[in-house]
Amino acid sequence: MSQQTIKFTLNGVPTRVTVPVQMSALEMIRNVAGLTGTKYGCGEGECGACTIQLDGVSLNSCLLFAVECDGRQVTTVEGLAGDALGQKIEKAFVEAGAVQCGFCTPGMVVQARQLLATNPRPSREEIQRGIEGNLCRCTGYVKIIDAIEAASKDSLPPAPLPGEGGDGRSLRSGLNKE
Amino acid sequence: MPEAIQKDSLIGKRITKLDAPEKAGGKTRYIHDIDLPGQLHGKILRSTRIHALIKRIDTAAAKALPGVHAVITAADVPYQRPIGVAKDHFPLKTDRVRSLRDEIAAVAAETEAIAEAALKLIKVEYEDLPVLSDPNDSLKPGAPLIHPEPHGATAKHDHLKQAQGIAYLGKPDNIAMVFDYQQGDVAQGERESDVVLEHTFHLHYVTHCCMGVSGIIAEFDSSGNLLMNSNTQVPFLHKREFAEILNMDPARIRIIQPPIGGGFGSKLDIYPFEPITVFLAKATGRPVKLVFTREEEFLASPTRQPVILTLRSGCRKDGTLTFRTVSTLHDNGAYTSWGATTPFVMMQTISSLYRVPHCLYHTKAVYTNNPYAGSFRGYGNLQATFAVEQHMDMMAAAIGMDPLAFRLKNAQDPGEVTPQGMHFKSCGFKECLTTAAEASGFQAKFKANEADKAKPGRFKRGVGMASMLHVGGGAKIYPSDGCGTILKMDDFGSVTLITGASEIGQGSETVLAQLVCEELGVPLSAVRVINNDTEITPWDVGVHASRTTFIAGNSAIGAAKKARGKILDAAAKMAGLDAADLDLRAGHIVEAKSGTVVMTLAKLLRQLHFSDKAELVMTSFYYEPPSKHQDKHFKGDVSAAYAWATQVVEVEVDTDTGIVRLLKVTGAHDVGRILNRLGLEGQIEGGIVMGQGYALTEELMVENGVVRNPGFRDYKLVTAPEIPEMDVRFIETMDGEGPQGAKGVGEAPAICIAAATANAIHNATGVRIMALPFTPEKVYRALHAARKEAA
Repeated sequence: MSQQTIKFTLNGVPTRVTVPVQMSALEMIRNVAGLTGTKYGCGEGECGACTIQLDGVSLNSCLLFAVECDGRQVTTVEGLAGDALGQKIEKAFVEAGAVQCGFCTPGMVVQARQLLATNPRPSREEIQRGIEGNLCRCTGYVKIIDAIEAASKDSLPPAPLPGEGGDGRSLRSGLNKE
Repeated sequence: MPEAIQKDSLIGKRITKLDAPEKAGGKTRYIHDIDLPGQLHGKILRSTRIHALIKRIDTAAAKALPGVHAVITAADVPYQRPIGVAKDHFPLKTDRVRSLRDEIAAVAAETEAIAEAALKLIKVEYEDLPVLSDPNDSLKPGAPLIHPEPHGATAKHDHLKQAQGIAYLGKPDNIAMVFDYQQGDVAQGERESDVVLEHTFHLHYVTHCCMGVSGIIAEFDSSGNLLMNSNTQVPFLHKREFAEILNMDPARIRIIQPPIGGGFGSKLDIYPFEPITVFLAKATGRPVKLVFTREEEFLASPTRQPVILTLRSGCRKDGTLTFRTVSTLHDNGAYTSWGATTPFVMMQTISSLYRVPHCLYHTKAVYTNNPYAGSFRGYGNLQATFAVEQHMDMMAAAIGMDPLAFRLKNAQDPGEVTPQGMHFKSCGFKECLTTAAEASGFQAKFKANEADKAKPGRFKRGVGMASMLHVGGGAKIYPSDGCGTILKMDDFGSVTLITGASEIGQGSETVLAQLVCEELGVPLSAVRVINNDTEITPWDVGVHASRTTFIAGNSAIGAAKKARGKILDAAAKMAGLDAADLDLRAGHIVEAKSGTVVMTLAKLLRQLHFSDKAELVMTSFYYEPPSKHQDKHFKGDVSAAYAWATQVVEVEVDTDTGIVRLLKVTGAHDVGRILNRLGLEGQIEGGIVMGQGYALTEELMVENGVVRNPGFRDYKLVTAPEIPEMDVRFIETMDGEGPQGAKGVGEAPAICIAAATANAIHNATGVRIMALPFTPEKVYRALHAARKEAA
């Protein structure tokens, strides 16, 4: 099987890995880089559990080849540990009761950060649209929407994540919705 | 040190989940995230035929693939024993396959990719058998048998079977299980009726869709002890069952549950992949991890039981219910899991949600070549409620009575003992009915929609109600329903709560910690909960039947009360006061009346630890209080307490497309008492949306034994933009036996939505649909047919 060596920035850390060319970014993040916060939920871009940011744009890492990360900035849920907006969202998820089994949560948090980075004061309806590609089986979404709304209330102007800039659109919804 | 501390309570507050920060930061390690040194990866080869004899399996090429450590078939594990509720299911199939999910062989290899490649090298020769995909066909004379005698082995394996003493010898027909229940005399009830209705309701396949797929890691140590990292909801029952299946001493089996990515009843039974992984670990001497793909999760996980239910019921002109006759046919699938036993719950709704003097209930669960059904949140109650609550509306209409008034007339009161034997010590049913109706403006909307439905217009509004009764104080499914607690206090005032109760995301560890804080006057931050290792935690029945807060909560309170007594006695002695005058508040020992601080808890505990009277480890066990068990006729009490709820659903029906939008759900729930408001709301909201999926969007499409939509692309879970507005009210009936008065609530919110939606669609359009789900196509066809008939 053909292998390729790629260099990219993972949560701000220069990273170099050699991966089979057909490996997904999700598998690379979990099994090669060893960051397990990003979850496998379906492998076909339907559930959002594997949401990451690539150059500041959120997408489903299960639909991305690992080699496509070459030369780019990858942010996973672990990368939000040092990010003020990310921390505020995580705190809001805890306080609003948005976490039950927690399996969808990392993907939700990354997607929520994407949403608030591009739309700091979303309406509830915009929040619902913003996370429509993320499935949750436990909460009925109400408290997730509450959490994102709460995080947006005293929202700081977000400091860009590595690679963020541009217009910060979510690539993921473009991939999900034909 | 403060001078005085006033009494404070966490009960009823919004308490954040103890495990939420880890989960929100992506640091929680689920089974998928755990890798052990030396671990191999397991994969299962499943049948490509629906019903067939296995003529030959050739594993030579797979075994020769570099990186493959073991390839096993039934022939390699002659010691395997059948699993499941009826013990009719061998993990690795012996002579035949009975459904597309069936396990034929398994591989352990160094990587998942190698294991997958090896599966492709296994050759299987089949001889097809006729397929049964409709439960009605299974009952026809001369129908092919799904489990012919002898079971599990062809003639050449008979000697093996005798040697192992395998009890299950097949079935002479396709009937997996039968339930019969009777109270009073339905013929008499029918004679006394002014209105008699009979309809047949069709309930479909849905599946749990836990966001974390199924998985297990199994390994043996050098002494032959088995350690499983498992997602099970019933670790202690599994320990016993695994011991039977593997012919092992149960003491040599240890189960650790990493955090679980959703349960909802899906993890109540042992499924073939679990013993198969153990077989692979045994064959290789290495830890073996097996994790499903999402497609596998859809194909090889249990479903909610599909049911064809015929309900005949009657009432008098004054609105008094007279009788119910119910006959149901359950599609059991190819094997028997907990789904077959859901009639146990269904008959409670039929006999005891309302006062009905005469009932006759009959269920047959029959084998087909379809996927097999397990337990799923609500456990048969969604199906029973769907029929019963539609009939309530139809009978009310037939006698010209308001649906609310009709229900109130027949609703149960506190103190009632039903003819089936259920004793409703606390019961807020009538308050649920009136609260939900008033909060939603049900009656006015119902009348206005009735008047509007004949008027022209594409979009029609409808409102519908449904109520439910469910166990809320444990469930006597097993001979007992108990949970143990070990509680220890260290010399800093920290508490370790070791409980048998499993956490599956529902928030049990938080509510248990909260109940302990209430007794010991310590902050939540002082409590650690250990709940996931059978070697450490005391016995528990498992997380199911909305029982954990009630049973494990009472057990935790029992242990905390013991610790409290000990601490107050010691403090009283030390301070020369009376223990009865002391209290524990915010980490201090105080005088109860004034709140004056006597000393810090930490100081007292340190002194106790250095005395000869420490013993700051408490144990407690709670069993659901002895009440009459059900007899073999299903008469008797099944729970220490019962939960009640009424939900009012408002819909908008697009009569041009058949699209039904759920606009609002108003719920009133008798929860006994609110313990953690945040967690409680989360359970209700999540349950409502799960009920919405059952009613409107979700359907596992099974055609001739084939699952047509094994993925989230075609199996439609409700997404965030589709959820209804929710208004949830809580009725606090302060149950006498409940922990701080609380009752179980986990399953309740999912139960009524489909029934209420059916009633709402009828209120909007005048068309009654008795089959789920209410997809646009089904609704459109029903509206179209009704229009044609009218024209």
